[in-house]
This record gives sequence, C-alpha cells and structure tokens, in this order.
Amino acid sequence: MFKETTFNVYQASQSIIHKLDPRVKILGAVGIILSNVLLPDGAWLAFGISFIALVIMVLLAGIAVSFVLKRSLVALPFVLVAITILFTLPGEPLVSFNIFSWHLTITDAGLLRFTSILVRAWISVQAAIILTATTRFPDIGHGLRHLKIPLVLIAILSFMYRYLFVLSEEATRLIQARAARSASLPDSPKPPVRWQAKNAGNMVGQLFLRSYERSDRVYNAMVARGFQGQFLTLTPHTMVSADWFGLAIILSMLSLIQIIGHFF
Amino acid sequence: MNHSPAPLHIPDGFLNIVISVAFWLATILIVGLAIRKSKATLKERHIPLMGIMAAFIFAAQMINFPVAGGTSGHLLGGALAAVVLGPWSGILVMTSVISLQALLFQDGGLLVMGANIFNMGILTALIGYGLFQIVKNQDRGIQFAGIAAAAWLSVLAGALTTSFQLWLSSTSPAGLVFPAMLGVHLLIGIGEALITVAAFAFITQVRPDILRPQSAEGNGKYGWVIVGSIISLLVVLISPFASTDPDGLERVAENLGFLGQAQDTPFSFLPDYTIPFLGETEFSTIVAGLVGIIIIGLIAFFIGKAVQKPAPVEEHTHSN
Repeated sequence: MFKETTFNVYQASQSIIHKLDPRVKILGAVGIILSNVLLPDGAWLAFGISFIALVIMVLLAGIAVSFVLKRSLVALPFVLVAITILFTLPGEPLVSFNIFSWHLTITDAGLLRFTSILVRAWISVQAAIILTATTRFPDIGHGLRHLKIPLVLIAILSFMYRYLFVLSEEATRLIQARAARSASLPDSPKPPVRWQAKNAGNMVGQLFLRSYERSDRVYNAMVARGFQGQFLTLTPHTMVSADWFGLAIILSMLSLIQIIGHFF
Repeated sequence: MNHSPAPLHIPDGFLNIVISVAFWLATILIVGLAIRKSKATLKERHIPLMGIMAAFIFAAQMINFPVAGGTSGHLLGGALAAVVLGPWSGILVMTSVISLQALLFQDGGLLVMGANIFNMGILTALIGYGLFQIVKNQDRGIQFAGIAAAAWLSVLAGALTTSFQLWLSSTSPAGLVFPAMLGVHLLIGIGEALITVAAFAFITQVRPDILRPQSAEGNGKYGWVIVGSIISLLVVLISPFASTDPDGLERVAENLGFLGQAQDTPFSFLPDYTIPFLGETEFSTIVAGLVGIIIIGLIAFFIGKAVQKPAPVEEHTHSN
C-alpha cells in the first residue's frame, strides 16, 4: 500500500542540471509552464520546440526518459474534465458515432481545443517533474527563500517534508492494522458505511493526537539542541556565472517559443 | 500513489492565464494576511506543530473507506484543520499541504496552485471555522451537526469554484462541468463530513484541552461567523442553480461580458465558446477578469471586516 518508490522522486546525480542553482530551476519550471499557458491553441510548432527543449534537459540531467514519461501520467485522470469540449464546441463536424443512445459529433474546433489543453498539461507536468527529479526538496526550500517566499511558510514546508514520511508510515500502520482486524467471509454482509466512516474518523483522530504529541517532543528536542527559530544551511546558494548563463538560455528559449507560437 | 488524487487538484494547462493569475492574487492576499495575523499568536513552538500538522493532513488523506459504487470516502481536511487549529493556522497548513503535493508529487500544478489553494485550503478553512463558531458552545449533537454541514459544504464549495474556473477558462462547457463536479462531490462531501465529525469527536474526547489554545486566534468571532455563513450561503444558493440551469449562468456571464465590453472596445461581441487568444478582449477573458476582481474584492472586504471587529461586541459573547 505504501510504496517507497512513490516518494522517491529525486534522482541523485551530478549532472549540470542538478548543479544549477535551485532558483534557476524553479524559475525555469514556472517559466515553461507560463509560456505553455500563453501559447495559443494549435501552436504545434511552439509546443513541439518546448517538448524537445524538455527532452534535452532530461538527457542533460541523465534521468531516464521513461521515468519522466511514466510520472507525467499523473495528470491524465483530469483529462476527463476537458473531454466534453470535443463535442460541444461548434465547428465543422469531423466524426460522428453513437454510444448507447447518444449521438456524438467531434468538431474540428473541439478537437483543436481539446488536444491543445492536453498537450499544454502534459508539457507542463514534465517541467515540474524535471524540477523535482533534479532538486532535493530542502534545496527547493532554500530556492523559495531566496525568491522571497515568506519564511514562516518555508519553515512549515520544511517540517512537513521532514515528517511526511514518518506520518505516512504511521498512517500505513493504522491502515494495515484495520485490514488485519477486519477479516470477513466472502458472503457476509458489508458493515454499514456509517460504522466504517466512524472507524476511519477514529483513525484520523488517533493520527492527529500522535502527530500533535510528536510535535511537542520534536520542539523540545530542537530547543535542547540550540534551535533559535531559524533554519541555517551550509550550502551557500550563491548564483555563479553558470547559473546566470542557464537562466539566460532558458529565458531566451522561452521568448523564442512565444514568438514562434504567436507569429508562425 | 495512495493519496488518491481528488478531482479537485487541477493540473497546469487546464486554466487560462487570467484565471490562474487572478486566483494567485486572491490567494497571496489571504495567505499573506494569515501570516501577518498568525505572527501575533504564533510562538516559536508552533512552527514545528504546523509543519507536523500539515504532514498529518497529508497522511490522513491516505485513510479511506469504501462507499457505494467503487468510490471511496476520504478526507480533504481543510475544515478539520481550521476547526482544530484555528482559521489562520488552518489556512497556512492547507497551503503547505497543497504546495508540497504540487512541488513533490505533481499532484496539482504550479501556475494553477493559487486556484488550488483557494479552492481546497482557503474556502474550506473559512467555511469550516465560520460554521464551527456558530455551534461551538452548543451541546455535542448540535456541534456534530454543524461540523458535518461545514465539512460537506467545504467540499461542495471547492467543487463549485473549480467548476467556475474550468468553465471560465473554456476548458469545460458549463452544461456539463457543473452538474458533473457538483454531483460527484455531493457524495464525496458526505465522506468528508462523516470522517471530520468522527475525528473531532475522538480528539475532543481524548484531549479536550487541545481545542482551547486556538480561541486566541479566533478573535472577532462574529466576523468569522459572517464570512463562513456568507460563503456557505453562496454555495447553497449557486450550486443548485449552476447544476440545473447552466444556461442561466451563461446568460449572466454574457450580460457581464456585454457590460465590460460596451465601455471600452469597438469589437463586436463574439459568440460564447470561442477559443480565447490571449491579450484580446474576448468573452472569457473579460468575464474571467471581472469575476476574479469581484471575488478578490469580496473576500478582501469580508476578511477586513472579520479582522477588525470592535472589541465590545465580543466581550459578552465569549464564554471562556
């Protein structure tokens, strides 16, 4: 139920992409996503260049292309939300077919809009994956700090990240314990939903109290070791010339993509 | 991945730029306010507490139980966080949960994160805390009913604003997205309500002392009640209208669009469902902008009201 691999998004390596300053990577990922949203529907050439640029980054980072492709499917279920646009946008009919009693017609305008949304979402999620796969989460935190995100939020995020795995395992143990105690014969009646919900609610309450009490212990332990309300880091995180160069490449590439998308 | 991606985590690419930016602005405004307000009450020891509470919400979203038809009941957590931790802390905790889900697991996008935080973190906390304040001093049965209603409505509110964002971005037609989203979340909300009430009952029975400290954060009780009630009322009024009469919604939007357009542009009105090219004054852009501004204005207004409550009013209402 709780797979180690689902949490291991970071792919350790020493590539030039990994070594880039986290600020550059955060801005780059957000920049690509922003550029995607700004491209008009059907700007296939620009979308294609964006995709190729991402593939080059994946190769430079030394991550398996299949890893990125597989993870990029997370956004797929949401496509259901947009699928109806295929049939409802007025335009030239392309294909008609019948499902049960519905007569559905795909229009050219609908197809254009739908595939554009799909491609936009797919390229955007890959940009986010590359960021997470090449940057350790604490480094993302430091990058956000240099980008002037409020310190309180980053402190909360860092603590959350630190205890995410601990509490997820705690939750998994609760779920396993429930499964172990809830054996039932194949033809026995299902317990009522209300009862099950109460059970799940008690588990949530239990988990809450354990977390709450843990936070007390964590704080006391930190104070005992000299915590003064600030996170310190040994990595300097200064922008060197390679970082500025990387940022410049990304920005000029994005401008080029925008020009191509809007004028060709 | 076991933390089931609820259909409310919008990925990048599904919302247009105007909607994304408008909701980022609204979210920055409110989260910024939450940081400012909580600085007064937050002590150093609360930082680990909030981080661990955020991890708790994330882990609690893994706990589920089967409901009819293959769907499962699980927790979104915004209402519970606000009830147990207080409104500002609840908002900060949910903001962290949603940011981390996007940054680490690509569960929800980065550019649309403002919208996601608004839908799942801010609205849920405001409704949860506001309605809880109404029933706080009643006996347990009424408390539970109030919390159940708050949890259910918070999910519905998230579904409603998500539908609005998708529709105004021309990603889904109104006639389908409203009935589908609201219909599904009517059920999902029941799971949320049941778990939230059971968890609340458990916590208050085992550690009744935990709920006390947050009363310091809930200054201006009436303000929270008003904000929570107004958002809830809007959800209750708009949801049935939006899901049964989407055409009516289109007419309203069309009128709004006409209003905005008549003033400054010579362009003739384009029929609805045109593809929005950015930067051009078109139906969806104008409506999106207007709605964004109205939402931000309303929220800023009510939060401002909530924060600066005159002291004499609350003196004789606080029982503790």
